[in-house]
Amino acid sequence: MSKYSQLIKDVGPQKFNRGGMLWMGFLILLIVAGVIAYIDQLIEGQVVTNMRDYVLWGVYISNFVFFVATSFVGAIAVAVLRLTKSEWRRPFVRLAEIVALACIVMAGITIIIDMARPDRMLNLFVHARLQSPITWDVIIIPTFMVVSILLLYFPLLPDLAILRDHYNGTNTRLSKIYGFFALKWQWTQKQLKLQKKSVQLLALMIIPLGLILESIDAYLFSTTYRVGWDSSNFAPYFISGAMVAGLGALVSVVYIVRKNKQLEAYITEYHFDKMGKLFNLACIIYLYFNINEYLIPLFTAKKGESEHLENLLRGDFAILFWTVTIIGLVLPAILLIFKRFRKPKPMFYIAVVVVICSWWKRYLIVTPTLLHPYLPIQGVPESWSHYFPSLHEWVITSATLAMALMIITLLVRYVPVMSIDQLAKDQEASVKSDNKAAA
Amino acid sequence: MDENTKDTRRKFLNNGWKLGLASIVGGAALTHLKEGFAFETKGPTGEKMELMDVDGNIIEVDPMDMEEVDLEQVTHNVRRGIPGRKFTMVVDLAKCQNALACQRSCNKHHFVTGDNAWLKVYKMQETEDTAPYWMPTMCMHCDQPACVTVCPVDATFKREDGLVLIDNDRCVGCRFCMAACPYSTRVFNWSEPNQEFEMNMDMVEEMHSPEHAGMPSIKGTVDKCDFCPHQAEKGELPHCVTACPNGVFYFGDKYEDTVTNGNETVRLSKLLEENAGYRLFEDLGTEPSVYYLPPKDRLPFEEGLENFNEFQSVEKPETP
Repeated sequence: MSKYSQLIKDVGPQKFNRGGMLWMGFLILLIVAGVIAYIDQLIEGQVVTNMRDYVLWGVYISNFVFFVATSFVGAIAVAVLRLTKSEWRRPFVRLAEIVALACIVMAGITIIIDMARPDRMLNLFVHARLQSPITWDVIIIPTFMVVSILLLYFPLLPDLAILRDHYNGTNTRLSKIYGFFALKWQWTQKQLKLQKKSVQLLALMIIPLGLILESIDAYLFSTTYRVGWDSSNFAPYFISGAMVAGLGALVSVVYIVRKNKQLEAYITEYHFDKMGKLFNLACIIYLYFNINEYLIPLFTAKKGESEHLENLLRGDFAILFWTVTIIGLVLPAILLIFKRFRKPKPMFYIAVVVVICSWWKRYLIVTPTLLHPYLPIQGVPESWSHYFPSLHEWVITSATLAMALMIITLLVRYVPVMSIDQLAKDQEASVKSDNKAAA
Repeated sequence: MDENTKDTRRKFLNNGWKLGLASIVGGAALTHLKEGFAFETKGPTGEKMELMDVDGNIIEVDPMDMEEVDLEQVTHNVRRGIPGRKFTMVVDLAKCQNALACQRSCNKHHFVTGDNAWLKVYKMQETEDTAPYWMPTMCMHCDQPACVTVCPVDATFKREDGLVLIDNDRCVGCRFCMAACPYSTRVFNWSEPNQEFEMNMDMVEEMHSPEHAGMPSIKGTVDKCDFCPHQAEKGELPHCVTACPNGVFYFGDKYEDTVTNGNETVRLSKLLEENAGYRLFEDLGTEPSVYYLPPKDRLPFEEGLENFNEFQSVEKPETP
């Protein structure tokens, strides 16, 4: 019992302090506003958005793409690092799974918000047609969600059992709840073997699933004839972008949790430095794909495509495009090369900027293309040839982001942010080796 | 079964003139009837009827080899299309003057209430040095329709008679088809359409079918030009064709190789050959069913300018 109590105190569940309550209140406020706006959208129709027949997808879809991208962190930070036996991953793994889970759940909800007839959602199953990329999405998103949940849950079992035993006597209700989810975990050989095998299998599965998820997300766009979307570069471009967005989100969350729970002893500068190197690699790869996507096509761009690129590089979207590219990608790729920017605080600021830019980057992928159809935009109100999200869209989108943050906050509140079981084992091992050294 | 067959046979003898060739009969039910005949047939009657075959030759056929086709009863499958037809359209750009009668008629008969008409007349000019012209567009009813490929629920579908239609009762409103269509032809019901019908709503509901788009339009679903199969069924031309004062639109059947603009009926292949007909964005491989004739020797372009409104394609009633 006692060997866990310090660890539980450090990384285990902690009641919200005043700041935490305020934070939750703020998120709930955003969510309530979003729900009201969404109900209004259901009653009035999508007319409350600023989407119209030309810009037929807007901020909902770009927000969806952002969530899908960010959820990719589950595949990289958990599975890849696990399979490559990178020990420094340990303090990040659980938080990465939490971020991935929150994002994939919100991706599923966001895409439904974009559907104008959510009442007919069952048609997606009843009348499913396999050649539509949306059907692929209908298959991959729930699959990825389930595997993500299990990949969070199975390694959590020993911790839940520890908490069950910890609260036994002091807080029967909590003990019962943790006990229920701990599935009678008793560290028996059979359980350990089964758990190890399952986690190994899930980690193997989540990598191809993550790659497929990001690719399908890209296919939603690249299976159309649209200028700027019709690109064979799109799937790997999305995968590399997902690495950047996902790791950015992870670093931000880890830093905040570390600061709030005072986990400096557990998540050290060494860990941040290692993560920073991976983050840097992701940025450089993404930069490479951006060059392929925006710079090289300039040479052979047909008329429509060159107009589209022109619009991005020098036209209406230029300020946003260059901000996102330079501040959100080029600068982080350069700064992270230097060790001092891989220290926790500077890296946190870089990561937050990268995440915000990643969100706007999705916006730039969706909107400008739709403003460049093959035939000129004529015969429709002047306002249809521009797009900026309406109040409804902003309120609803903020609510989805708030919901993602709330899922993360609640999980961090009730679930140990690092594996207590593993930490205790590590401590025992180090005590033993210390003893050996002393003897 | 036996009695049925006898009944049919009696009716058949009474209505001798109301006959068609067995080969054009569709539907399993009628095939069964024919098998029924075969069992109790009394052999050739000795009478001969004169008919014209598809090549225009007069042939003589024994009435026993023929079957009755009750046009009232033979309803085709809405998703499969009208058997043996392949609808096509030719738009003669040389005759278009942006009179917009086509658009008004289409808006009226399909009860278009949004801000984006299904039939648009674009003011086109490729470069400064090339001549401007007016180009009407509607749904191209592609043979390789990008919209149908991406629809997740089979709400928009391709029929054997060439039409691409929408089942507004199934559409989930994802708008992927609109993103996929390179001709920007699809429009969305962003809000309640607020259509006005002269007939009562029960009648409208009764007529509700993918074959008459906009009858009524449904909030949160996609609409577009349907090539007016409800007109074709009545043996009439689409509304845009009849409305056009200049005979720009030719509508017809590719299998019959015939199209008509209401005034003249011409061979499709000849029309395309003589006027160098082409299709829009041929290089995309969408195989549209709409052909264009180049705007050579055209009516004066400038006369269309007074009708041109860059920001409006659906006239709104004066009072809200």
